[in-house]
Amino acid sequence: MVGQVAVILFDGFAFGMLLFVLSVGLSVTLGLMNFTNLAHCAFGMLGGYVTVVLIRSMGVPFLWTLPAAFLAAAVVAVVLERSIFRLLYRAGELNQVLATIGIVFVAAASAAYIFGTGQLPIQLPAFLRGSFEYGGQRFGLYRAFLSAVAVCVAALLVLGLEHTRFGARVRAAVDNQRVAQGLGIDVDKVFAVTFALGCGLAGLGGALAIEIVGLDPSFGFHYLVYVLIVVAVGGLGSIGGSFIAAALLGIADVAGKYLVPGLGSFLIYLILVAVLFVRPQGLFGRR
Amino acid sequence: MKNRVVTWTLAASALGVGFGWAASAYAADTVKIGLIMAYSGPFADTANQMQAGIDLWLAEHNGEVAGKKVELIKKDTGGPSPDVAKRLAQELVVRDGVDIIAGFTLTPEALGAADVATQAKKFMVVMNAATSVVTEKSPYIARTSLTIPQVNYAFGKWAVEKGGVKQAYTLVADYGPGHDAESSFAKGFKEAGGTVVGADASPVANPDFSAFVQRIKDANPEAVYIFIPGGAQPPAIGKALAERGLTPPKTKLFGQGELTLPEALESMGDTAKGIVTTFHYTMERDDPLNNAFVKAYRDANKNRSPDLFSIGGYDGMHLIDAALKKTNGDTDGDKLIEAAKGMAWDSPRGPVSIDPETRDIIQTVWIREVKEVDGKLQNVVIDSIPNVKDPLHGAAK
Amino acid sequence: MALTETRPMQARAWIRRQSRWSVYEVLFWLAALLPFYFMPTYLTLASQVAIAALFALSVDLILGYAGIITLGHAMFFGLGAYCAGLITKAGWGEPLTGLLIAGAFAALVGWIMSFIIVRVRHLALLMITLGLGLLTAELANSMRWLTGGTDGLQGVDVWPIFGRYDFDLWGYTAYAYALVVLFLGVLLARRLVNSSFGLSLRGVRENLNRMPAIGSPYRRHLQTIYTISAGMAGVAGALLTQTTETVSLDTLSFQRSADVVVMLILGGTGRLYGGILGAIIFMVARDQLSDMNPQYWYFWIGILLVVVVLAMPGGILGGLARLVGKRGA
Repeated sequence: MVGQVAVILFDGFAFGMLLFVLSVGLSVTLGLMNFTNLAHCAFGMLGGYVTVVLIRSMGVPFLWTLPAAFLAAAVVAVVLERSIFRLLYRAGELNQVLATIGIVFVAAASAAYIFGTGQLPIQLPAFLRGSFEYGGQRFGLYRAFLSAVAVCVAALLVLGLEHTRFGARVRAAVDNQRVAQGLGIDVDKVFAVTFALGCGLAGLGGALAIEIVGLDPSFGFHYLVYVLIVVAVGGLGSIGGSFIAAALLGIADVAGKYLVPGLGSFLIYLILVAVLFVRPQGLFGRR
Repeated sequence: MKNRVVTWTLAASALGVGFGWAASAYAADTVKIGLIMAYSGPFADTANQMQAGIDLWLAEHNGEVAGKKVELIKKDTGGPSPDVAKRLAQELVVRDGVDIIAGFTLTPEALGAADVATQAKKFMVVMNAATSVVTEKSPYIARTSLTIPQVNYAFGKWAVEKGGVKQAYTLVADYGPGHDAESSFAKGFKEAGGTVVGADASPVANPDFSAFVQRIKDANPEAVYIFIPGGAQPPAIGKALAERGLTPPKTKLFGQGELTLPEALESMGDTAKGIVTTFHYTMERDDPLNNAFVKAYRDANKNRSPDLFSIGGYDGMHLIDAALKKTNGDTDGDKLIEAAKGMAWDSPRGPVSIDPETRDIIQTVWIREVKEVDGKLQNVVIDSIPNVKDPLHGAAK
Repeated sequence: MALTETRPMQARAWIRRQSRWSVYEVLFWLAALLPFYFMPTYLTLASQVAIAALFALSVDLILGYAGIITLGHAMFFGLGAYCAGLITKAGWGEPLTGLLIAGAFAALVGWIMSFIIVRVRHLALLMITLGLGLLTAELANSMRWLTGGTDGLQGVDVWPIFGRYDFDLWGYTAYAYALVVLFLGVLLARRLVNSSFGLSLRGVRENLNRMPAIGSPYRRHLQTIYTISAGMAGVAGALLTQTTETVSLDTLSFQRSADVVVMLILGGTGRLYGGILGAIIFMVARDQLSDMNPQYWYFWIGILLVVVVLAMPGGILGGLARLVGKRGA
């Protein structure tokens, strides 16, 4: 029994960590910049396709494609931020919703046109395939890798925001944009970099997700709901909140399906509604 | 203001089309076929494979059926929306004046359009939608794909009688086709003396199977039966099973063919070896007709392999062609459906025929096992059950 | 003294002025009759546009006028659709009463939900509506004995309207029926928003904190409008069931909730006709584009959305109104 619980916790945590990497960027852009970017998962899709193309057409090793996925999503994000999103910062959330949904449409159609509508599978390197045995239970190697990457990302983000000059600028810009500007902080640039970072992480998440959930042109829509749930439950702008919410949701999802399979599809939504009803600002939100 | 401009433009174009239709049989040397499929949305890949099958058949026959030029009119439903499918069918009939409606990626689409086929007396060829009840919705429907009970009921029996398995755990996707698959497999399995030790249904949009696989592991069954839609899920579940060590030969894995489509095999790798699946079409089956089909299909589709959807579209076109030849080109719905009844032909999937009573397809069910052939994982046919009918028609109330 | 007496008079006159029919409105409704004469092959599309327009109008009442942002309104659309379908299966196929019963049922559920809705705002509100909508969709999927699951409800049989007008292949009855119901919906909505009730809703939208301060029971107002909106969405869903004789899980989907919000913002929120215009443009564009290119049409829809946001931030109707130099066309 103890063994089973350990496996459930492990699998749930790993799935949650995938959600964390996919969603933490949105939590940052939504919470810090007040920008409703529903195209967030489209950046995840972009990262996924970068990985797939690098592996399948150029034979690049899987691990090297991860930074590439991050960079590609971040670069495209900067371009879009400078050209379109910048115009939307003051346009109100409804306009942001409409424009970013439009971008998801464009992204999905482009992906279908370029890469086809089918699944594009990848083969992982041997050291990430299969499972290892511990205490009589088997644990997936890739899930362990995924969890480790996510924990590193979370640690880097927290360190970066709390202990670097740039992090201080971001926090200042968020707390009071006008005063920050008055102090000589280039808020525009801070936002652009933050945005790129957030979308880059989505790209990394998309690349990591291929092995677990696959990749096709509907990715940008499909995972939007999950990502929004993590962000809302965790609380806007809180990296720790997103981390804990993602872990909780992942574990609850897997454990719920394991214990009460009939309730499997409801559980995540029930948690969402219950948490937000009691704490509208999310578990760790400040507002 | 703008909408009135649109309105007028539309009015003008509609008038033109309307007049075209008024002179209905104006071009007796073309056949208009309206295709209603989910070209966009989450099922786009299914529709694309069906379309590629249709296109290949047309390319091989100079774009003609029964000596007449084919005009395809494609309509996108975007997903399982019967209301949209019904509207599109109505538009195809009244606006475009089609002779035949065909396609139908998903069951709700076919059910929505069935009323229109009856009202307008149009021949309707279902090239995919696989719920048994579809052909009963209109007397003008014939189907060239499969029904889920057709391939799974016989498979359930086979699993006991020849697969040598006494108990199994079933895991299916929690939606119509999944439940059909579960009930028909379990029926055949139990009738042959097997016991189902557990049954779970996973959410259709399930991203992660670890919980369900752990439940299976706890039950430690002799075999697992799986039905899930194609796409991202087959490799996901295959890998989850492998992580738990639930792989053949220790635990036998059974499923419908989606589980081992080429993309899924590529992604699962060696852990897929030994999975036994049931299907009406096996791309790897060595047969001159099939080999030619596969080669032509790959050449036309950037090396993408044909699958069950492609063959449904391909044979659907064959049925339209053969029925039209029998009526000497008469597109009257009553005559066409009469002509289609009992039609038999050799398809790349094997010998098939249209049941004169149910207008559903009768075909060979292939039992395949994943094996390594020349360094590549393939579905190798290990057994076949000829002339299988859908077991539910007539059986249900 | 005189001053206090004239104030309610002025207010009433202001409301009356606001609710006067403009020439654009009259022209719009006349134009809505054109399909009968000039585009008979587009009538089924027109009927579904009218249904989407009614649905968008119901969302406008809460989003545009009361600031309740939602991503789960398909819940009520779908409940109305299933309710209308189930009534006919129970042996009562009369459409008009079916419509009312379905609307009342959706309104009842809306009223119950409204106790949750009024307690949250912003992202939490968006996510709670989304969560409730998805829960309803999952519930409908798991209650296959009632809803027919993914295959949809089978055996829906609607009687002819007034026992005379059957739903024909061309869609004459369907469009006439949907258009009349849409018109009634607009009449109701006009009456609501151009009243003191409507004004207090706008007050809630603009500044939630001040409304209690001036003695306005904002929660009750929000609950009322949410209930009405749910009922209207339910009527739209029932219309779809009755005109197509099909119901499927699709009516409850997140996609439908998202689409209706897109249509509304595209047309312009808080303008009554914004949702209607948005529905027309979105659905006609979709129909035309997907005819031209069934596989990749949504690329152009995406471009359309981005361009509209950048060129006309208030939606198309907002942009038009600015061009004409008038507010509230």
